[in-house]
Amino acid sequence: MNAFHFFIEYSIVGIASGGVYALIALGIVVIFKSSQTFNFAMGEMMMLSAYLFYTAAVTFSLGILAGMVAALLGSIVLALVIERVALRPMMGRPFIAIVMVTFGIGSIIRGVVGMIWGPNDLQIPAILARTPVLIGDFFIPGKTARAAAIAVCIVLALILYLRYSRAGVALRAAAADTITAASMGIDVRRVVAFTWVIAAITGCISGVLMANVNTLTPHLGVVALNVLAVIILGGMNSIGGVLVAGVIIGWLEAVTGLILGTEFREITPYILALLVLLVRPTGLFGSRGIERI
Amino acid sequence: MLTVEDVQLSFGGVKALSGVSVEAAKGRITAVIGPNGAGKTSLFNVISGFYKPQSGRVVLDGEDITRLKPHARAYRGMSRTFQNIALFSGMTVLDNVKLGAHTRLTGGVLSSGLRLPSSRREEAELDAEIRRDVLGMLELDRVQNSHVEDLPYGLQKRVELARALVMRPKILLLDEPVAGMNREEKREMGRFVTDVRDRLNTTVLLIEHDMGMVMGISDHIVVLSFGKPIASGTPERIRQDPDVIKAYLGGAEDAADDKAA
Amino acid sequence: MVSDVEAPVRGTTSSGLSRQRLLMAAGLVVLLALPLFVPRYWVFFAGLLGINIIATHGLNIMMGYTGLLSLGHAAFLGVGAYTVALAQIHLGLPFWLAIPLAGVSAAIVGVGFGLPSLRIRGLYLVIATLAAQFILNFVFVHWQSVTNGDVGLTVQPASVFGFPLNNETRVYYLILAVTVFMTVFGMNVINSRVGRAFVAIRERDLTAQVLGVEIVGYKLIAFALGSFYAGIAGGLLAYFNRFVNPEQFGLLLSVFFLSAVIVGGMGSMLGAVLGAVFMTLLPEALREGALAVGTTIGFDMATILVPLRETVFGLLIVCFLILEPRGLAHLWKRLRQRSHHPGG
Repeated sequence: MNAFHFFIEYSIVGIASGGVYALIALGIVVIFKSSQTFNFAMGEMMMLSAYLFYTAAVTFSLGILAGMVAALLGSIVLALVIERVALRPMMGRPFIAIVMVTFGIGSIIRGVVGMIWGPNDLQIPAILARTPVLIGDFFIPGKTARAAAIAVCIVLALILYLRYSRAGVALRAAAADTITAASMGIDVRRVVAFTWVIAAITGCISGVLMANVNTLTPHLGVVALNVLAVIILGGMNSIGGVLVAGVIIGWLEAVTGLILGTEFREITPYILALLVLLVRPTGLFGSRGIERI
Repeated sequence: MLTVEDVQLSFGGVKALSGVSVEAAKGRITAVIGPNGAGKTSLFNVISGFYKPQSGRVVLDGEDITRLKPHARAYRGMSRTFQNIALFSGMTVLDNVKLGAHTRLTGGVLSSGLRLPSSRREEAELDAEIRRDVLGMLELDRVQNSHVEDLPYGLQKRVELARALVMRPKILLLDEPVAGMNREEKREMGRFVTDVRDRLNTTVLLIEHDMGMVMGISDHIVVLSFGKPIASGTPERIRQDPDVIKAYLGGAEDAADDKAA
Repeated sequence: MVSDVEAPVRGTTSSGLSRQRLLMAAGLVVLLALPLFVPRYWVFFAGLLGINIIATHGLNIMMGYTGLLSLGHAAFLGVGAYTVALAQIHLGLPFWLAIPLAGVSAAIVGVGFGLPSLRIRGLYLVIATLAAQFILNFVFVHWQSVTNGDVGLTVQPASVFGFPLNNETRVYYLILAVTVFMTVFGMNVINSRVGRAFVAIRERDLTAQVLGVEIVGYKLIAFALGSFYAGIAGGLLAYFNRFVNPEQFGLLLSVFFLSAVIVGGMGSMLGAVLGAVFMTLLPEALREGALAVGTTIGFDMATILVPLRETVFGLLIVCFLILEPRGLAHLWKRLRQRSHHPGG
């Protein structure tokens, strides 16, 4: 076993965890596309979904499948309530006000989860098998590999859905030009609500996957903040770019964990973000648009 | 005073301005007119420094300012109003007007935070000067402590003019100063603009839709159409120019906001 | 842009001004005499409140007046607090040098994080400040040799001519003096050329440029000034708690100051004070309330106090932004207007 071998192995594991990040990123970017809202509460939505799953599957002994359905439904209802109650009244307000609202929602969810389920780790029923996966002579922990596979499948399915469904077309129209879309008979408010549903689904699945790979804690959602930091810098325009950003974070976290020590994992995305800001102040893929005066 | 020389400006292949030259003579009122989409607002944004032209120059008082940032142009004596009212709501008339004196004051964080005598004197002198000169001339003294958002539209436009004047500009750019005004307000604004020229000897460059206003107060007029200058001269010449009449066919009375640029 | 904030309001008539001065003088006398007639516990609170007011002023200058959202304010307080601790341990600096140094070092660190993103508009600054929050906290925890990790550092009381400020009352006077100074300083800046430039940037940055305001420069000034306030508050906190550890400066504290600015009223000096008072008393009220409820229903509420706080902070942010974006300062003004014109 040489250092290079380790490096490759960690890289593969990192890219695999990046699959889940890509799922989170997708949830963030669809909301941004429909309403230019940066959802700082994505991580907390994820975390709450995982707790809903735990409660349905374990506390109410519904089992894994019914538990997942219940968690999905709960997450969707919650996302719709958030959108309707907190974000729709903020339409047209300065973006920093909207960012603060989502940030406040995150704080509320974190607090409520802490009050109901307490600060200690919980063990959720194992969905993913632990048997490690071998690629050549590289070992990948079983849960990580399977979580990545599921995440990638769902990301692909959602991308196809967004590309070919009527809802996806409406979303693209609304993202390109809200006023024109509205004049073409597209109900922009419904499109926005729809993207919150998508975010709820990706959040729920990524939350349950993350809780499976690690454990279920109130800090589960912090990764979404990291993902958000990096994808804002990647430029929020293209879904593809955002997914790549998700994978890059996974890889970087794993590699810095190997080289500098695991404690550095948590700040890797932020160091990356600052470096990007220094080198390319308009973001990696962003461009300076012409503004109307 | 201000010369625009052969300016070309395009956005991703669409030509907004091609070969536009305008000269605003010292102490005169020069107007740029033209139908919707003629490039008037683009021209103003080039002059203020928001757009960088692909070629051509903007010269202020003998100095090439084409590459300067907007705030640096303010320090060289360029002042401007906006087509849509750009006042700061929640602030009083006096505070809004004082913002116009930014380039003339020197107070920094320390001197103003500690209320050093220099900064106190500076602010007091400015207050007195604004009350004495600008507010009086523009007949705003009675509303100086009102919040700007409580004022009628015509008065708000006047506050904007006051703010632009406090800078003591060499050149004052007015972006559709009478857009959206009623007849009475237009007449008043016309009077104030000529006052600025006659009493302060300030050079004025304005773009405007309203032909009556332009013909009444301008010393010199430049006509743009589709990003090109098609005529220039005194109001009398312009009124009889066949190209101008053609370009304006049916559009002369249209005082709607020129949104295209 | 839709205005969410109160602009500085002045133009007070001369008689109103002298009445205002009289009121302020009376208020100052009350504050000076406070330790004589309230219990020690309350003096402790007043000290904490002063520190929170300074920090809230800082965030309000950045966010309320200039429109620069910071999610890392707590970390800049941390920089100030560690500066005081380290300056005392290694250099033996007295408080009157250590506290300004705390402000300056926080301003420098703040500008270091903010500079790359202040050049551009949008969310980049939010990300940079979030990065500051996490990275600085990481440094506090992991730079063991300097910060002593999770255990933190002990701070000796500040001393005036050999007279130690070693209890609530004594340190209260230090905090009071600094708080009054920083508040007056802030008011002066806001009512000056610099403050007007801040508001101009927040409201319409294009217009601001036309008026000669150099946008990046003034954003930098606002950010440095706000971080300076945070550093001063952090420095005082070090003398107040007499120890410094990373736990004090987490994301929750940043959310706390965010709530204080929003609840008080963005872009209002009075709002920052009201917001800080409200937010400082709130956790106490929550604790008392929750414990009282807990005893009646027989549940140990102490375990959920932290998440309860988090929930309420979040609710306040969301509710005020939606329902009363101009905050308590605006409510206060309306209340006073009503009392001046009864029935009007």
